[in-house]
Amino acid sequence: MITNLGCGLNMIDFMLAILILIGAAFTFVGSLGLARLEDFYSRLHGPTKATTLGVGALLIASVLYFSTRGEGLSLHEILVTLFLFITAPVSAHLLSKAALHLRVHSVARPPAEAEDPIADQRGSSAAHPPEQAS
Amino acid sequence: MKHSLLPHPILTPVLALIWLLLVNSLAPGQIFLGLLLGWAIPIFTLRFWPERVYIAKPLTLLRFLAIVLYDILIANIAVAGLILAGTKQTRPAFVRVPLALRSDLGISLLANTVSLTPGTVSAWLSPDRSHLIVHGLQVHDPAALVSEIKTRYEAPIKEVFEPC
Repeated sequence: MITNLGCGLNMIDFMLAILILIGAAFTFVGSLGLARLEDFYSRLHGPTKATTLGVGALLIASVLYFSTRGEGLSLHEILVTLFLFITAPVSAHLLSKAALHLRVHSVARPPAEAEDPIADQRGSSAAHPPEQAS
Repeated sequence: MKHSLLPHPILTPVLALIWLLLVNSLAPGQIFLGLLLGWAIPIFTLRFWPERVYIAKPLTLLRFLAIVLYDILIANIAVAGLILAGTKQTRPAFVRVPLALRSDLGISLLANTVSLTPGTVSAWLSPDRSHLIVHGLQVHDPAALVSEIKTRYEAPIKEVFEPC
C-alpha cells in the first residue's frame, strides 16, 4: 500500500485536498448562479450543471479517502452520482414545465404552444396510448 | 412472452450490481442475494416496464456514454464560467427539437442527456411527443444547436435502443 510510506500519505492527502477544493468551488458557483442569473429558466442551469461536477469531485475524494484507509475498496459513492444524474434532469424538467404553465417571466420568448394549458389536455386525451402515436 | 421467468435480461445484472454497490461488499452471499433481487424485482414491476429493453449495439452505447461524460465535464466548466462572467454574457433562448425517437426510454434518455450537457435544459415535451422544447443558456445559432443535439445525442440513442 502507498499509504504505509510517509511521503505517499502526504501525496494522497494533497490529492484529497485538491479534489475537495474543486468540488466546493463548483458547488459554490452553482449556488451563486441562483442569485446571479436573470430569469427562472436560466437559474435552472446552475443546479443541473455546475453542481454535478462539484458533487462528483467530492465523491471521488470520498472514494479515495475510504479506499486508502486499508478496509478495502469503497465504491458505493458511485451510486450517489448515478442517482444524481437521473434525478437532477427530471426535477429540472418538471420545474420548467410548471414554470411554462404559470407563465413565469422569461428573458427569452417562450414557445407559444407550451404556454397553452389547454394544449396539454387536448393532446394527452388524444395521444394517451403510446402505441397509437407510433 | 408476457409471463416469462426473465422479463428483462438486462435489468437483472444491473440490479445485482447496484445491490453490491449498496452493501459495498463482494461476499458470495451478497452476490447471490443481488442476483435473486435482480431476478425478482423485474417480475414484480413488470407492469411498470411493458417494453423489453433491447441494446442493439453495445459499443455504440459505450462510445455515447464516453461522449456524454466528457460533455458533462465541459458543460460544468462552461456554465460556471458563464455564471462568473455575469448575466450580460448570456443569451437565453428556447429552441424546438423535432424528435425522431418514439419509445419512452429513448425520449427520457435524450431529455436527461440534454439537461446534463452544455448550457441546455429540456423544458417541455409536446403531448404528441413530436418535439422537445429545450432552453439554452447561451444560444447564438438555434439551428446549429438543434442539429448538434440531433447528431451528437439523438442518433446514437436511436441506433442503440430503436434499431429498425
